[in-house]
Amino acid sequence: MFYREAGQFKTSYKKDQAILPIFQDKIAMVAMLLFCFIVIPLFANDYWLASILVPFLALSLAALGLNVLTGYAGQISLGTAAFMAVGAFASFNLQVRIPEIPFLVAFLWGGLCAAGVGILFGLPSLRIKGFYLAVATLAAQFFIEWLFTHFDWFTNYSTSGVITAPPMTLLGFAIDNPLSKYFLVLSIVVICAFFVRNLARSEIGRAWMAVRDMDIAAEAIGINLMKTKLLAFGVSSFLCGLAGALWAYVVLGTVEPQAFDIARSFEILFMVVIGGLGSVSGAFLGAGFMILLPILLNNLGSLITGGTISTETIAHIEYMVFGAFIIFFLIVEPNGLARLWQIGKEKLRLWPFPY
Amino acid sequence: MDWWFFLEVFVGGLLSGVMYSLVALGFVLIFKASGVFNFAQGAMVLFAALTFVRLLEMGIPMLAAIGVTMVIMVILAIAIERIVLRPLVNQDLIILFMATIGLNYFIEGMAQLVWDSKVHVLDLGIDEYDAFEIGEAFINKFDVYAALIAGGLVLVLSLFFRYTVIGRALRAVADDHQAALSVGIPLRTIWIYVWSTAGIVALVAGIVWGSKLGVQFAISSVALKAIPVLIIGGFTSVPGAILGGLIVGCGEKLAEVYLGGFVGGAIENWFPYMLALLVLMIRPEGIFGEKIIERV
Amino acid sequence: MYRFLSSIISFAVFFIVSVAIAGEHFVPITSYRTGPYGVSGAPAADGYVDYLKMVNARDGGVGGVKVAWEECETAYKPDRFVECYERLKNKGEAGATVFQPLGTGLTYSVIDRLAADKMPLITMGYGRTDASDGTVFPWVFPLMANYWSISTAKIKFIGEQEGGMDKLKGLKIANVYHDSAYGKETLPVLLKQSEKYGFELKGFPVAHPGLDQKATWLNVRRYKPDYVILRGWGVMNQTAIKEAARARIPANKLVGVIWSCSELDTIPAGKAAKGYNCSSLINPGSNYKVFDDILKYVYDAGEGTGDKEDVGHQQNYKMGVLMGIMTVASIEKATEKYGNKPMSGEQVRWGIENLDFNKAKLQEMGIDGLIPPFKVSCSDHEGSAPVKFQRWNGEAFEAASDWISTDQSIVRPMIVASAAGYAKEKGLTPRCN
Repeated sequence: MFYREAGQFKTSYKKDQAILPIFQDKIAMVAMLLFCFIVIPLFANDYWLASILVPFLALSLAALGLNVLTGYAGQISLGTAAFMAVGAFASFNLQVRIPEIPFLVAFLWGGLCAAGVGILFGLPSLRIKGFYLAVATLAAQFFIEWLFTHFDWFTNYSTSGVITAPPMTLLGFAIDNPLSKYFLVLSIVVICAFFVRNLARSEIGRAWMAVRDMDIAAEAIGINLMKTKLLAFGVSSFLCGLAGALWAYVVLGTVEPQAFDIARSFEILFMVVIGGLGSVSGAFLGAGFMILLPILLNNLGSLITGGTISTETIAHIEYMVFGAFIIFFLIVEPNGLARLWQIGKEKLRLWPFPY
Repeated sequence: MDWWFFLEVFVGGLLSGVMYSLVALGFVLIFKASGVFNFAQGAMVLFAALTFVRLLEMGIPMLAAIGVTMVIMVILAIAIERIVLRPLVNQDLIILFMATIGLNYFIEGMAQLVWDSKVHVLDLGIDEYDAFEIGEAFINKFDVYAALIAGGLVLVLSLFFRYTVIGRALRAVADDHQAALSVGIPLRTIWIYVWSTAGIVALVAGIVWGSKLGVQFAISSVALKAIPVLIIGGFTSVPGAILGGLIVGCGEKLAEVYLGGFVGGAIENWFPYMLALLVLMIRPEGIFGEKIIERV
Repeated sequence: MYRFLSSIISFAVFFIVSVAIAGEHFVPITSYRTGPYGVSGAPAADGYVDYLKMVNARDGGVGGVKVAWEECETAYKPDRFVECYERLKNKGEAGATVFQPLGTGLTYSVIDRLAADKMPLITMGYGRTDASDGTVFPWVFPLMANYWSISTAKIKFIGEQEGGMDKLKGLKIANVYHDSAYGKETLPVLLKQSEKYGFELKGFPVAHPGLDQKATWLNVRRYKPDYVILRGWGVMNQTAIKEAARARIPANKLVGVIWSCSELDTIPAGKAAKGYNCSSLINPGSNYKVFDDILKYVYDAGEGTGDKEDVGHQQNYKMGVLMGIMTVASIEKATEKYGNKPMSGEQVRWGIENLDFNKAKLQEMGIDGLIPPFKVSCSDHEGSAPVKFQRWNGEAFEAASDWISTDQSIVRPMIVASAAGYAKEKGLTPRCN
């Protein structure tokens, strides 16, 4: 009833290709941003901000980055965590060597370094395809983790090989409480999400999708494969690097290279596939699923059983329920949560009078 | 240079490599028959090994325990086909891959819920510390037996794929689900066959690794060791898994011993991947992989 | 997005519902019973919970106030631990009393949050070593002995085996370590000691998780060490003990650190482990009143958390009980000062800082002989307890040495220097004087 586009005519290509072509979508987007920027900070407590929303947003950004590569450009990567590590360690090192640098510049530098490394490890994608390509990114994963563990220069010679983020100040405000951290991460993530969304509907984005669908055909119609694939690696790794810097600076504060291990890479890949490949909202939905569901199950488990069953049993049941949920969602809707969301919207168009 | 020592590292590497191949085989079988990268293979190794060791602890004789575990793995395969694969026929491969992620969590939870999450000692009655002494080099007997088991398994499986009707049907299914269905190949039965076989291979890998490491949760992570093996050998080749294992095992051991010292050691984790990358640059489908032919 | 929002709302609702503990000391238990290290984490959590159950059943709580607890699964991941920490820190009437993360990486992830939350952290036998300097780290307590102190005792133990510290000169010691923050933590202090005593030292990192260590041990064998220090964790330990046997290094030349000192490491290694040495904060054996009490008040009542045969026998379980003892003793000390009501983190911090485990106290708690006497102070957050070495006889651990005191003349200056660096970096002013 409310979600209907009848009467909204597009009179130019430009309008037809807008980010949010439907009026109601625009309202929904504004409402959601208002909700995130105003309502949540008003009502959420520190626990929610610091240990659920901030990590959720940081990992969503990493998932967004991977979605550029895997979802839009069709290149599988199992090295996301390594690119995050590059971002974290590069930002840290820039700030340690030159303390005057504002942290946002350090973040950008982290992202750029990650982009460089990503392009380097993306080079084999010109020759290797499909699951075989995963090996290049896995090589990145293990090599970079090893590099940061073994060369003390990267951790500024800290005895135990951890890095501790310097304090952050922005325009005189210290970013040290959960609320300010939330605002910082949210702003960065929102900017990046719009950036990706825009990129995806540009010439570059269309080239990525052509390469994803069939790269030989794409090459035949004049798309420069090298440029397109490497650009995807670069943009994706940039976002992952940024997410890594956020993870180190904002979420944990103190990080060892093992925080960016292969398990993290897999986790982010799961977010992208479960959320929905090739969609911005999918990255957020997937991250929400992967982060919130285990915590929810953990809480529910202790709440329902009230201590009558051993915590160990609950933990194992959580694993099973989590796995079953993934399979269930796939059978219901194989194209991820984002697709479910889209179907919901289609239904909403006809509501309350479906034919 | 100490040549005896070199020999020991070399042979030790080859034998380690065969242990990786055992795990890689499970991946190859499922990939070959359904084009799915089965993320749950590690969990299946854990489940099979735990089942086996708990049955042994209940006092069931070893052969009977192997038999019962095999039956359980077949039941698991049937359940997977019924509940997970059947509703997902003809979906994208990435979606089947995702389903195996869910399966991985489920089996890991189930294995530890049904049995438990302690360390279990698995004693096969083979002395693990006995070695053949060749000159000044020690070649561990246990590793040699494990390698023989793996070699035998590979031989049987390659023959099976090459010469039996089911084997050929498997290859047809791998090429195209729908085309295979249309020429009358029973897809469901084939999937049950292949997942059962993968389950049994998982049991063998579980027994060998379990007696080396003790049966515990950590053995599910041997799957990570299998990935470079798969890539070098090719996802679709059974003998490739063995050859890939040999290359990876001996490459990483030689690298760790002779190069590791120069860069601070512990390079075993990434070296196989760099090696695999090098192989792929020359042959993008792995050494034994089927040639990828692309048409527009 | 609606789906997401509604899930947030339903989530928020049950958080409000679930906070309902009142009139009790609240002990947050962050444990890991799943994941690759769950094997080691589960018995420790069992011990911790059993001890608290026993205190409630035997003494009716601490200072007449019952002890309540909640377990939160961290899966040994820093981010999960941070979530548990944030979730539990404000629970209970007076907030959480004290956290014990049971993991070095986990410890690092919350150190910077403690001061703002006024939350103490006990990291017994692990964690950030220089946090022993209470002047810079008021909220962290690496009780009994930290990694560096234990390392000095270990070298003394090796010296003892050789018949004198002067015999160390010219010995070759290999340090096989887990390639992580935890594994690297003792490198500086070992280096310092090798200079002091004149032994040769060589490090052999093992890549995580250490399922296959053949190459490492071939390298160790080529080095022909007199002793091998094993600094492993989880599945790495037993693999290392086995590979050592295959490389023909006798088990009695292996000296494990305290996290390589459990039946979980020796039993799977089978006969290869016989004669294996390792350092520990506790005495082997189960003849202590505390274990009898746990059996009597908890297991006989059918309330046991873990396996009955673990009680007093399994090393991780005993460490878990020890964690419970530290928590309860700290709360008790705090109630002496602040009265018999639920204690807050800040009050418990005072309690930990004034812990004095003298002979009488140990006897009162039924742990005389299980751990040595030690005393915490404002500047010394460790207490510098001596270390016990244990030897695996094929069936059980037995004492391999007396209590060996740690060498604070080496450790203390390093800790003070390292902590001062941290204070400078963070702009902290040292306290205590």
